[in-house]
Amino acid sequence: MATTAEPVTRLVEELSKLPGIGPKSAQRLAYHILRSPNKEAHDLAEAILSLKEKIHLCSICFNITDRDECSICQDEGRDHSKICVVERPSDIPPLEHTSKYNGVYHVLHGAINPSRGIDTEVLKIKELMIRLSSDEVKEVILATNPNLEGETTAMYLRRLISPLDIHISRLARGLPFGADLEYADDVTLGQSIEERRDF
Amino acid sequence: MRTSRSYQTHAIIIKQSKFAEVDKIITVYSSEFGKLRALAKGAYRPGSKLGGNVEPLTYSLLMLARGRNLDIVTQSQCIDGFSSLKSDLWRTSCALYILELVDSFTVQSSENGALFNLLIDTLQRLNTAGKDEILLRYFELNLLHCLGYRPQLYHCVVCNSSLKPVVNYFSPSLGGVICPICRGNDFDSRIISVNALKVLRLWQRCDYTTAAKVKMRPALQLELEQELQGYIGWILQREVKSMLWLKELRGEMMLDNSTENH
Repeated sequence: MATTAEPVTRLVEELSKLPGIGPKSAQRLAYHILRSPNKEAHDLAEAILSLKEKIHLCSICFNITDRDECSICQDEGRDHSKICVVERPSDIPPLEHTSKYNGVYHVLHGAINPSRGIDTEVLKIKELMIRLSSDEVKEVILATNPNLEGETTAMYLRRLISPLDIHISRLARGLPFGADLEYADDVTLGQSIEERRDF
Repeated sequence: MRTSRSYQTHAIIIKQSKFAEVDKIITVYSSEFGKLRALAKGAYRPGSKLGGNVEPLTYSLLMLARGRNLDIVTQSQCIDGFSSLKSDLWRTSCALYILELVDSFTVQSSENGALFNLLIDTLQRLNTAGKDEILLRYFELNLLHCLGYRPQLYHCVVCNSSLKPVVNYFSPSLGGVICPICRGNDFDSRIISVNALKVLRLWQRCDYTTAAKVKMRPALQLELEQELQGYIGWILQREVKSMLWLKELRGEMMLDNSTENH
C-alpha cells in the first residue's frame, strides 16, 4: 500500500520533471503547495496552463508573445529600420535591460549546428530575408552568441544579406566589464587586441 | 598518468553541450587518452577563465581532475584557436565536418596518436590553406587508415588477384576494390575509374604536400567524394550530418558564383 496519497505522488512526479528539481525538492514544493491557500494553488495551475495556451510566436519577429504581434514590434516609438538578430527569445530581455537599443528584433530559434541537424531550414532565416526585402530596414545587428555555432550562423547570414543594401554589424567581442587580464582566456584576449578601438 | 588525481593533456575540443545553468560538458580528442568527456564548470559565465579555451574547434592544453562520473577541467591554455578558419564560413563548415567524423568514428578512452596528429595537421592546414576539398578527401582516407578501415586498393578483395588498369568496382561492405570478374551480383559496389584508383593509391602512401599537387577534373573529384562518402556511410550506417550541410553550402555558393558571372 502506498504511504503517500496519490495526488501528492503525482505532483511530486510532475515537479521532478522540471530542470534542476530533484525528487527531494519536488516533495518540498508539493507539500508547500498542499499547505498554501486554495487560491495560490489555483493561480499557479492557471498560470502554467495559460502559458501553454496563450503564448505563441510573434508573426513578425518570432519572439514569444500572447498577441499576434509582440509589444516590441507594435511599438511605433522604436526604430524599425534596425533589426537585431538573436538566437533565442531569452536573449531579448538582457539586451532590452541595457536600454541601449531601440530597434526591433528577429529570433532565429537556434543557431546552425550541422552535427545536431540544425540547418537553415529549421531556423527562421527565410522569414528574416522576407523582412529584409522591404526597403524600411537599414541595419542588421547580428547578435548570435560568440561561439562556434553563433559565428557560423552570423557568417551565413552575412553571406545572404551582403548583396542587399543593408548595413551589417556584429556585437563586439572582448573582455567583459570587471575582468582581469591575468585570468582572461587567450581567445578572448586575442580578440580584444585585434578588435581594439580608438580611445 | 591518469591514475593520479589530476592530469594534463593536449586536446582538440570536438563538441560541447550545456549542463546545468552555466556549466558545459565538452567532448575532446586528446593526444594521450583519445576521446574524453569532461565537465567545464562555469564555462558559460562571461568572465570564465576557461571561456574560449574550451570552445569547440580549439586546440588547448587541459588540466583535468578526476571526478566521480566526469573529469573536471580545472585549467586550460589555448594552443591554437584556428582563428583564421573560424572567420570563413566554408572552412568552418569543413572543420565541423572533420570534428563530426572524429566524434562518430571514435569511442571514449581509446588512444590513437596517429589520428590525433592527423587531426591537428588537417585543422592547421585548413587554417592556413585555401578552400581545396582535397584536404577533406585526404583526411577521410587517412582517418580510415588510422582506425583500421584502410581500403584494399591493390588486390581484389574476393579473389586476391592484382587489379588490372580497367574499370573496377569498390565495395564498401568488403572494404576494398573487386575486379570485374568477381563483381558478379554484388550490386552494392560502385564503379571506380582507373584514375580514381590511382589517386587513392597515391594518397594512401604520400604526405599531404604531395597529395595536394594532384590536379583533378571536377568529375574525378566528385567520384572520389562519392566513393569515400559511400564507404564512410556504410561503416557508420548513417549519413554524416555535417556533410549534408557542406553540400548544401557548396550548392548555394556555386549558385552565387554563377549569378555573379552572368
